[in-house]
Amino acid sequence: MTIALVFLAIIMATALGWLVRQTLNTQPWNANDPVENQPGRGVLNIDPAKIGLLSFIAVVTSLFALFLSAYMMRMKLGDWRPLPEPDLLWANTAILVLASFAFQLTRNAATRGRQAAMKIWLLVGGVCTALFLLGQLVAWQQLSTGGYLITGNPANAFFYLLTALHGLHLLGGMWVWGRTTARVLSGADVESVRLSVELCTIYWHYLLLVWVGLFGLLLST
Amino acid sequence: MAYVAIADRDHEIEHHDPTTFITKYVWSQDHKVIAIQYGVTAMFVGLIALCLSAMMRLQLGFPNSFSFITPADYYQFITMHGMIMVIFLLTALFLGGFGNYLIPLMIGSRDMVFPYMNMLSFWVYLVSVIVLLASFFVPGGPTGAGWTLYPPQAILPGTPGTDWGIILMLVSLALFIVAFTMGGLNYVTTILQARTRGMTLMRMPLSLWGIFMATILGLLAFPALFVSAVMMTLDKVAGTSFFMPAIMSMGENLSHEGGSPILFQHLFWFFGHPEVYIVALPAFGLVSDLLSTHARKNIFGYRMMVWAIIAIGGLSFIVWAHHMYVSGMNPYFGFFFATTTLIIAVPTAIKVYNWVLTLWQGNIRLTVPMLFAIGFIFTFTHGGLTGIFLGNVVVDLPLSDTYFVVAHFHMVMGVSPIMVVFGSIYHWYPKITGRMFNETLGKWHFWLTFLGTYAIYLPMHYLGFLGVPRRYFAMGDTEFMPESAFVLNQGITISALFVGLVQLLFLYNIIVSLKKGKPAGPNPWNATTLEWQTPDTPPKHGNWGDELPVVHRWAYDYSVPGYHDDFIPQNVPADATPATSEHGSDT
Repeated sequence: MTIALVFLAIIMATALGWLVRQTLNTQPWNANDPVENQPGRGVLNIDPAKIGLLSFIAVVTSLFALFLSAYMMRMKLGDWRPLPEPDLLWANTAILVLASFAFQLTRNAATRGRQAAMKIWLLVGGVCTALFLLGQLVAWQQLSTGGYLITGNPANAFFYLLTALHGLHLLGGMWVWGRTTARVLSGADVESVRLSVELCTIYWHYLLLVWVGLFGLLLST
Repeated sequence: MAYVAIADRDHEIEHHDPTTFITKYVWSQDHKVIAIQYGVTAMFVGLIALCLSAMMRLQLGFPNSFSFITPADYYQFITMHGMIMVIFLLTALFLGGFGNYLIPLMIGSRDMVFPYMNMLSFWVYLVSVIVLLASFFVPGGPTGAGWTLYPPQAILPGTPGTDWGIILMLVSLALFIVAFTMGGLNYVTTILQARTRGMTLMRMPLSLWGIFMATILGLLAFPALFVSAVMMTLDKVAGTSFFMPAIMSMGENLSHEGGSPILFQHLFWFFGHPEVYIVALPAFGLVSDLLSTHARKNIFGYRMMVWAIIAIGGLSFIVWAHHMYVSGMNPYFGFFFATTTLIIAVPTAIKVYNWVLTLWQGNIRLTVPMLFAIGFIFTFTHGGLTGIFLGNVVVDLPLSDTYFVVAHFHMVMGVSPIMVVFGSIYHWYPKITGRMFNETLGKWHFWLTFLGTYAIYLPMHYLGFLGVPRRYFAMGDTEFMPESAFVLNQGITISALFVGLVQLLFLYNIIVSLKKGKPAGPNPWNATTLEWQTPDTPPKHGNWGDELPVVHRWAYDYSVPGYHDDFIPQNVPADATPATSEHGSDT
């Protein structure tokens, strides 16, 4: 459970630091401190949708941290036989990096109001992600034809489980991407999709980070 | 481009009023309607779980008298009772119900930040409840693995409901977690971003602090349950061996090998212990507001109360293994977890002292909500003290798996939160419905429930000391159980059935008062918090009419010296108070 605890400690330290600044040295029983009546005091300077996404990312991180804790604990038991990761995973990783890169360019284009560039990079990002997901399926195919079935060994089971989980989160992202792309293709103006694009970018970077972490763990064990 | 807080661009946001009956009451995105949907659904499943406990008590009090309760039934009742009460009733009611209703009203906002997701949250919750209840009707019935669902027995033949029941249970839990996450992201974001002008974090009523912290705990802890549910489902359905050791069942070697049941226990309790506080923290918050309002006195040590909530929330993540003392562990781990467990008693005790000190020399009004709030202090202290027994490894070992544990957790996270639930429902009933409930019936409901639950759970402590084991279908003839223990068991059963029936008073009261209660007016308790200052009672869609309220003070200005009323609502400016020199610090 060490991983899960480290993750929690980080989250809590961040939250606590912020809370301390918000709460210490206040005397709530005093009415109407004029400064406190300023608009937005104590409200974070971030769009609510972004806070929602960041909170969701915290939840997902908790999920993966717990899976990894389980992975590490299960790994120590005697019957663990590591499986050979297909080389295809390297190619998939590269494609996912490309997708993330494309989303970054989409975001840059969106903040600068360049509609045409945004449209192109948004499409590239989506296509790369679809390729990644397809590549993961092919990797599964290779493993199962190689005799590494889910029932064979907990290492196999964890491999399928973790990649599936990561893939599902990307699929969820693709749903939002699909909606955003549909709006962009039907000519929505940059300003109206900028937030969606930004959220997608954050989420894609995050899932790339998760994938790199997972892949590193799978390679090293 | 600078971000502008929601409260500051209220006029620019278009508020679409729902127009049709369906969008108003069924697929509603209004937090108040969703809260009521959550609340009614939760109370409905809670009633089912109450009936299940009545069946269990019938069997325990009068073994061999009821042919319709088989051992398999008994285990299914235990399992469903526990799971429904902890998750589908208490968690859903406190966060989905009270959280939804109170958050936007108390912070002075028009709705949740993501109303659509809020609506989705309820409907997914409803599906999870339906899936759970469906397990009563599938072949083999619901799972009988106990609410902890420990493998390997949870998925092995011999345990009731291993065909369908366990799968439906796991699916239902996964759905619940999805629903909770959607709701939880909403509660956190709304509290952080949608507060009205002047509503700083430290001016929030403690109810919100409790709900806020409990939501954060839930968001971080429920994934652990999700992880264990997914892995167990795979063990059951796909034949993996995450948790399943090599095992022989019904004379056959199963294909599983090498899995670790202890791994499941770690994951389960990593969720399970924070879950206790997911239920307890909202109760702490709500009861603080009840006590302060009905004692006409500010809450004692507000900042301490806030930080106690935060400390309890943080500590609750590092005590989980105290549920696993009997599973065997390194003695140093036991020492560590016993220490952290006892440390939690410190912030918790601070809260109890502060509640009592809030009552000290208050102008106490023994209204129905107040009775329940004071009842809570008793039952919670009681359950908390036995928790200190069980937190110690050496005391826990002999008491584990006896009725002492049953008594402990029912006092601390059964009866106590339910006291707050009742108190809060009575307290906010006038705001939710616009009408008063029947005070006399409410008082009867309190006294019979309060004394009745003591009649149930006090004797259980004694049974535990005798060593009477929990989870047994029937005790049979045993040396260590004196005749008196059997008589006690009968007494407990009679009390339990009685307390169960008394809840009909509550249902009758809140249903009949909907039509017959006398109109309550906007603020019958003379409370300070924002939800009592709405232009309409019950509040309409959008809550605040044309202008959002502006907050000038904290939530606890009761009995301020020199002021003509004994309460000053949060939206009253400081210069409207005649006695600023004695209380306010400005100019």
